[in-house]
Amino acid sequence: MSQHTTEPPTAALDLAEEFLDRTTPLSRIRNTLHRYPAISPAIVLVLSVIVFGLLNERFLNPANLSLITQQVAVVGTLAVAQTLIILTAGIDLSVGAVMVLSSMVIAQTTVQAGLPAVLGLFLGLVVGLGAGALNGFLVTRLKLPPFIVTLGTLNIFVALTLLYSGGATVRGGEMPELLTWTGATFNVLGVNFTVGVVMMLLLYVVIAFILAKTAWGRHVYAVGDDPESARLAGIRVNRVLMSVYLAAGAILAIGAWIQIGRTNAASPNAGVDLNLDSITAVVIGGTSLFGGRGTVWGTLLGALIVGVFRNGLSLAGLDVLWQTFAVGVLIIVAVSVDQWIRKVRK
Amino acid sequence: MNANEPAETAGDAHIDQAIGAFTGAAAPSPVIEDTRVPILRARRLVKTFGRVVGLDGVSLELYPGEVLAVIGDNGAGKSTLIKCLTGAEIPDEGEIFLDEKPVHFKRPQDARAAGIETVYQNLAVSPALDVAANLFLGREERKKGVLGSVFRVVDQKGMRQKAKDELKALGISTLQDVTVPVENLSGGQRQAVAVARAAAFGSKVVVLDEPTAALGVRESNQVLELIRNLRDRGIPVILISHNMPHVFDVADRIHIQRLGKRAATITPESHSMTDAVAIMTGAARA
Repeated sequence: MSQHTTEPPTAALDLAEEFLDRTTPLSRIRNTLHRYPAISPAIVLVLSVIVFGLLNERFLNPANLSLITQQVAVVGTLAVAQTLIILTAGIDLSVGAVMVLSSMVIAQTTVQAGLPAVLGLFLGLVVGLGAGALNGFLVTRLKLPPFIVTLGTLNIFVALTLLYSGGATVRGGEMPELLTWTGATFNVLGVNFTVGVVMMLLLYVVIAFILAKTAWGRHVYAVGDDPESARLAGIRVNRVLMSVYLAAGAILAIGAWIQIGRTNAASPNAGVDLNLDSITAVVIGGTSLFGGRGTVWGTLLGALIVGVFRNGLSLAGLDVLWQTFAVGVLIIVAVSVDQWIRKVRK
Repeated sequence: MNANEPAETAGDAHIDQAIGAFTGAAAPSPVIEDTRVPILRARRLVKTFGRVVGLDGVSLELYPGEVLAVIGDNGAGKSTLIKCLTGAEIPDEGEIFLDEKPVHFKRPQDARAAGIETVYQNLAVSPALDVAANLFLGREERKKGVLGSVFRVVDQKGMRQKAKDELKALGISTLQDVTVPVENLSGGQRQAVAVARAAAFGSKVVVLDEPTAALGVRESNQVLELIRNLRDRGIPVILISHNMPHVFDVADRIHIQRLGKRAATITPESHSMTDAVAIMTGAARA
């Protein structure tokens, strides 16, 4: 037995440790990307802005840049909610449908029922929270996979939206001014921003702060990383998941408001396919679909990359189908990079 | 089960004597330390799963400052016993005392709150979070003042410093940088993180479930050293292991489970590894 207790000299151990720790330049890059997953989308964004700027001088025009931010505002907001859910190793196919339902409720209750705008927005928030609560309940209590849950609720919310609205679009001109306020523009250093864009950016700041600085944020990562480990560490996993779905629902209601301002209307047919666009932004932004890894900043970069590609390719005179093609390539490249990064060990 | 319960204590003593006689140990009676007060004591725990009897009236005592190993064949009930002690299972019958006070754990958090920390076989660390974040996972400390109370900002700096101090106090020299994600660590280092988390925060008892099962020789030795460090700091340890050399290396007493019962409690001095295996497999009794 005694030979087992003899301690090997620690100096030799440290040396052995160093020998085991082979670092090539490539593995070092991988380690860095692993630690800061937002680096690769940031590089892609900068490169694509430079390339599209060289291809077409109108691209870097302030008016065009402003347009890109406006085009990104709604999907960017939905992508914040999507990031939270994907960080928990979930996925939400219903984000677009929830946003549309919420926007219809906001529009109808103020225009048809004549409620004050603030009350309409509040009811829109209630719809978002209710949808989040339903998704969260099905995921945490019935233990259904988030993909299946939100595939189901996607259809339910689309149907509810059409039933509730009768398929009719509510025009922005009929609404109280507060509802279309998110589309109002103001000028900063020659670039026009909309209130909606600023709200989206504020959401990123707030959620990034919460994820990075609060215990709740850490728990979101831990739950996505390994729910069993999180449970054994004393984290109430279901409670965290439920709070994530509720937070996502609230963010989607804000997205509904931004959408009304952006399109100057509330249409039951707009934006249901934003679920896939939001997932695209999250994935290109370096957040892992397996959960526990990623940042909302990456998602913002991902949303901007998609916006820049679509805008740049259309300025270059390419068919809209090639934009879609390019986004498809981006997704596959982004996930490949993620897989490669995740191989890092020791 | 109810019917034979009163006879249980007597039965235990009888078996212990029988084993003592079989192994020809010098001590006239088996190891029964009734002079000391156990920090953790389980009395006649019974746990059934349908018709399967997991625990059939098992008692266990853990004394201050000792490493108690729990060994047994697969299905002997050692996992169930540990789960009952750590709140992961609720025993059907029997009592558990911590510091001589009865406790009733309904979930692992209850046991943890009472001071029983468990390091599970799958380690329960979050790979993407760093060492310090893992040490404080589930009990993050907030910053002082408005930032902490209103904005609920965690005290990253403070927790990292405390994590460093804790690792140093435990003599864990292989973890210098507490900002490294746990997934970048070796198996032994991860085990060290898990053990450090269990030992920190003033825990009364640390339970380690197969801590060396997935480790190489060198890393196993580091973990065994860590267990001794814990004991030397006055934290009693319950060690579940299949590895006889490790058990005999580090344990002060060894609780042997067999067929849902305590077959014996021995010490590395009183019995050899062969004896222990014989008791475990039933060759030495019945």
